[in-house]
Amino acid sequence: MATSPEQSSSGADGSSAAREPILSVRDLRVGFRTRSGVVPAVDGVDLDLYAGEVLAIVGESGSGKSAMSMSLVGLNRGPRTMISGTAHFRGIELISASERQLRSVRGKHIAVVFQDALAALNPLHRIGKQVAEMITLHQKVSGRRAKDMAVQMLGDVGISNPRHNAEAYPHQFSGGMRQRAMTAIALANDPTVLIADEPTTALDVTIQAQILDLLKSLQRELGTAVVIVTHDLGVVADIADRVAVMYSGRIVEIGTTEQVLYAPKHPYTRGLLASTPGVTGPIPASLPTIPGSPPMGAERPDGCSFAPRCAFVLRECATTPILASHDPSDSGHQDACWLGELTIPVPDESRSTL
Amino acid sequence: MNTRRPPLLSASGLSVTYGGSVTAVCEVDLEVAEGETLALVGESGCGKSTLGRALLRLEPASAGTITFAGTDISRLSRAGLRLARADMQMVFQDPMGSLNPRRSIGAIIAEPLRQTRGVSVADALRRARELLERVGLSASMADRRPHEFSGGQRQRIGIARALASSPRFIVADEPVSALDVSVQAQVINLLGDLTRQENLTMVFISHDLGVVRHVATRVAVMYLGQIVEIADRDDFFAGPEHPYSEALLSAVPALRGDPSEVVRERIVLRGELPNPAAPPAGCRFNTRCAYATDLCLTETPALREITEGRMVRCHFPASDPDGRAVAAVDRDEDPIEHTAISSPTKEIA
Repeated sequence: MATSPEQSSSGADGSSAAREPILSVRDLRVGFRTRSGVVPAVDGVDLDLYAGEVLAIVGESGSGKSAMSMSLVGLNRGPRTMISGTAHFRGIELISASERQLRSVRGKHIAVVFQDALAALNPLHRIGKQVAEMITLHQKVSGRRAKDMAVQMLGDVGISNPRHNAEAYPHQFSGGMRQRAMTAIALANDPTVLIADEPTTALDVTIQAQILDLLKSLQRELGTAVVIVTHDLGVVADIADRVAVMYSGRIVEIGTTEQVLYAPKHPYTRGLLASTPGVTGPIPASLPTIPGSPPMGAERPDGCSFAPRCAFVLRECATTPILASHDPSDSGHQDACWLGELTIPVPDESRSTL
Repeated sequence: MNTRRPPLLSASGLSVTYGGSVTAVCEVDLEVAEGETLALVGESGCGKSTLGRALLRLEPASAGTITFAGTDISRLSRAGLRLARADMQMVFQDPMGSLNPRRSIGAIIAEPLRQTRGVSVADALRRARELLERVGLSASMADRRPHEFSGGQRQRIGIARALASSPRFIVADEPVSALDVSVQAQVINLLGDLTRQENLTMVFISHDLGVVRHVATRVAVMYLGQIVEIADRDDFFAGPEHPYSEALLSAVPALRGDPSEVVRERIVLRGELPNPAAPPAGCRFNTRCAYATDLCLTETPALREITEGRMVRCHFPASDPDGRAVAAVDRDEDPIEHTAISSPTKEIA
């Protein structure tokens, strides 16, 4: 358990302190049953999402970032998945909600965009029909009207000649166009929340730039709150208002993009930033590295799971540090590290090499 | 400057054609100097992987020659090629897909040494143990199978295998793309150490310009099967010459060193990559280029040297602002959109 709801609802900055989060996650735990026991993927996450913000969940493979976001919309339920905790959204508790309740939320109030658009789209149905279906599923409109709305939506996401392209099948689209089509389906019912799981990871960088610009302009126009799940810190810098850094199933640092990317506190965030080779800045003879590799779920150590790779490890690290603000000003910038808890200053070498 | 040294490997008029119609690599001329790391960059379908494989003759060329250390390897027999391969090795993107799951990693690393240098099993295994230490693993791991290792460790094994026959030249195809950032940096450093210490010559294929900037000494940009720009690393990142290179570099979402650093204006290319089976006439980039004129629609620009060691395939490169100004007069519309990158300091609405 990290912070109490009272503490963490203070949000990212002064402006959100007065506001209620639209989505409030408490002590979310996700585990996968395997032959060798339960593998914990998400290990007690507390998170608030505010209306109209872009929140990035950043982490490496196995950090639990996708398991966390998918369990909010019930997309990883199954006999092998154990999910506990709460996620309150518009008076519904999403974790315990029935599949029927979830269906009324998913696609209407909370929409999802996946990394692999080809797998997410139905290969047998025309693109326009798939958008129209999502509209008629949640809105009382005629088939004809839904089709017109679908064409309009395809135009809005930047598909040229939308009336013509609405008749195309997914395989006739390029990767970038498929991602646009999936975005059109996701935004068809003007959702309050859009969850985008690595939406640009499979795309080339020039197409990624198009999709990021599209997401930003749609988000601004429609006021949709976006949760973007990514491993790419450049994407975070480009699009996010706030960032939560996940490591080994837990949030280890959260704050505004500026706080987390340009004044990181947690040794993992610092290491991650320092080891990312950028297209600007000095070029060190060798990149700063984090020794070892992220722990697999089953072999997660007790206490702070970053401790085995951490250069600043203390005796206290055998006990799990809580996610808390270590600023006297309580700006909403929180991290889960004993260094902050014990007010031990961290040498700044990892940042200076950037 | 690298280009003044005699090349270890050179390709001339190299083309690779698939199915008789799709030219994946089109008449590439390329020289790689001893000891340098030349990055091949570009987006999916540009032909960079095909070119990398063709340089090692893992892909049959439909035209052109490849000369390695003074020998024309494009006409070598199978036996001759096997000998040449001792000096020319490949590191693949997906270490798991390229390592035989049933064999011990010692045997996997020893294999090319036995194949190409005819070394005995015992000697090859001894060398494999040395190499495991060399790439940051432990000799005692030699009996383990690939599935017992993490992604980063598997890539180290792939590198050890490539080094087994003491090659002079390595093609590394997206060797760190499948790795997490914290592990990627370790493998980038390993490749850097090895190339420096063993004086290895490397062609490094990557779509990630951040990684390229930390690995390469020179950069070659490909678009639709052709090389459109070659430059020394620092010159390239200081300011690309070709409009496609400019768009490619500006599209990388920038993680700045500090919030005050100015980010270059993003050039968002309109449209999609044309069908490689039917590339546009004239300059292949003309359908997406901001500076294209009638000349670009009809006349194919040659890859020409504009300053020493710097080649560009463009009628209106960035260093010719006057030419671009003239070109601008000919255009009726601006086919690119300039978008300022939003500041991460923007407040929560």
